[in-house]
Amino acid sequence: MVTKQGSGVSAQTLDKSRLLHMYEQMETIRVFEERAGKEFASGKIPGFVHLYAGEEAVAVGVCSHLTDDDYITSHHRGHGHCIAKGVSLREMVAELLGREAGACRGKGGSMHIADVNKGMLGANGIVGGGFPLAAGAGLTAKFNSKGQVAVCFFGDGAGNQGTFHEGLNLAGIWKLPVIFVAENNGYAETTPVTYHMSCRDIADRAAGYNMPGVSVDGLDVFAVYEAAGEAIARARRGEGPSLIECKTYRYFGHFEGDTILYRTKEEEESYRARDPITAMRRTLVDRGIAQDAELDAIDKKAQDSIDLAWEFAEASPFPAPEDALTDVYVKYP
Amino acid sequence: MAVAIRQMTYAQAINEAIRMEMRRDPRVILLGEDVAGGATIDHLQDDEAWGGVLGVTKGLVQEFGRDRVLDTPITEAGFIGAAVGAATTGMRPIAELMFVDFHGVCWDQIFDQGAKLRYMFGGKASCPLVIRTMIGAGMGAAGQHSGCHYSVFTHMPGIKTVVPSTPADAKGLLEAAIRDDDLVVVFENKMLYGVSGEVPEGEYVIPLGKADIKREGTDITIVAISRMVHQALEAANTLQGQGISAEIVDPRTLSPLDEETILNSVAKTHRLIVVDEDNPRCSVATDIAALVADKAFTELDAPIKLVTAPHTPVPFSPPLEQFYIPSPERIVATVQELMG
Repeated sequence: MVTKQGSGVSAQTLDKSRLLHMYEQMETIRVFEERAGKEFASGKIPGFVHLYAGEEAVAVGVCSHLTDDDYITSHHRGHGHCIAKGVSLREMVAELLGREAGACRGKGGSMHIADVNKGMLGANGIVGGGFPLAAGAGLTAKFNSKGQVAVCFFGDGAGNQGTFHEGLNLAGIWKLPVIFVAENNGYAETTPVTYHMSCRDIADRAAGYNMPGVSVDGLDVFAVYEAAGEAIARARRGEGPSLIECKTYRYFGHFEGDTILYRTKEEEESYRARDPITAMRRTLVDRGIAQDAELDAIDKKAQDSIDLAWEFAEASPFPAPEDALTDVYVKYP
Repeated sequence: MAVAIRQMTYAQAINEAIRMEMRRDPRVILLGEDVAGGATIDHLQDDEAWGGVLGVTKGLVQEFGRDRVLDTPITEAGFIGAAVGAATTGMRPIAELMFVDFHGVCWDQIFDQGAKLRYMFGGKASCPLVIRTMIGAGMGAAGQHSGCHYSVFTHMPGIKTVVPSTPADAKGLLEAAIRDDDLVVVFENKMLYGVSGEVPEGEYVIPLGKADIKREGTDITIVAISRMVHQALEAANTLQGQGISAEIVDPRTLSPLDEETILNSVAKTHRLIVVDEDNPRCSVATDIAALVADKAFTELDAPIKLVTAPHTPVPFSPPLEQFYIPSPERIVATVQELMG
């Protein structure tokens, strides 16, 4: 399978405010993750964090087509999906810090961060947990007949779980409006995709479910946007599921604290040289869509919004210890 | 208002409960392996469809259609997980996990996703899902189609567990489960499907968390679960002939558990036996024993005794299987031992 490059057509056809919004979201994700990495190292964030920096073009390229009525499922590395789906930054940081004001009132943390009202059905601590959930959200969407879709983001490692097969097969036989988006960053924890997967591209597996499968450059937001647009439009028309594989790269380790002995500096630098945000900025400037100064102002705005979110979260209280006892059931007995 | 009462089987009562709730709420859907049967096979689209492996859901697809009664592939992780996803996004699915022993292939979807989701999301989501599943030894189905396993589910926070023993309870508890906003697992004992009893007509809801005294008595409390209620009733008849009056408490739901009814009964009889077909270690039986030891120790005139299956898988050969299932004779012998 040939990895599709972005035609860049969407850069010309999308209106400027849309493009700038996408740029801002990517930059916001980057700043959010860099700050989270720094604060984790300083000991402020309990538990585990898995950072999305480097993969921003995927979440933003896909979610730009979605509204609050559409659903997404995510995975360990869920901050980027939350931001792209419109979850409040303040609630996100508060959740990372285990505060009462958090998106999950301090009960989920980074690995379970969710906002069902925004259609964000949760990061997931179980690799491959999202496939059946997304099929179920797709079933709801199909039942509702309002043109909603569900997007299942998953990593290359999850592509080897049995739930991948079960979720895609169900979506296939029931023609569910589900788009399975592989974020192939080359490594399942420390194990390279060339070792852990029996085929070359995750997209090759789409044929087994009789759905379109495409492999795109996941560092190119326009390529992702175009492939996702096609698949999502198809799903909204009731024509069933698709699989999109985005070849991407994570700048940080699998989790914060990972010493990353399995990658070379040369490899990391080669990806940094193709940075998705820098690339988008270059396209916007080169095509005369935006000026550097405008984009610098957006960078500043993104930085400010993260600073404010941290200020808010750090000032907000922890839940009362006995809050541990609530929210198990809607009603019990 | 007088409600008509008819005789029907446990299986028919379950079918009627699903029918009532699917009529009442268009968001209730049923999915599972062959719950309709005959998907896409032209000559099976009318009344010939299978309706589940033991015919419990027969006829539902004819009334509600294949959009609401969905045959699934044999893919428990897929469709139980999909039911969780659908429940969280506004549907009210009833998923049939054919035999409870199959929970091993969808453990994550039940226990890590469905049961924990509300908590992990800080109470901002819910999972109004019913999983119906078959339990129980007695059909020669052996190790992987005969277990009870409700102790495992009851152990887990975020799940409610329901164990109806009669046709009326099966209907009323299942309707309550379908209306409940949490994940409820309803354990249907396959040996009870053919048992008949009186069942109220129309919509019928028994609140979850309310035990039922299946027989009043004064000398000993027998807490019995699911099919064991019937074993205990038979034992009680024998005991009556010996001048021993046994009270039989059917908890009906294990989570939540109606502690009050159990404790009140023990306060009256001062003796307790728990009869449970599930395996004995870390079980509902040991849990109820611990409850009474903790909260009613001074009421007890004798040690608490458990009559359970042994700590083995369910065996195949009929004499082995009969040995495995707690019998009325074992219950009688245990009561006699306690009564001195």
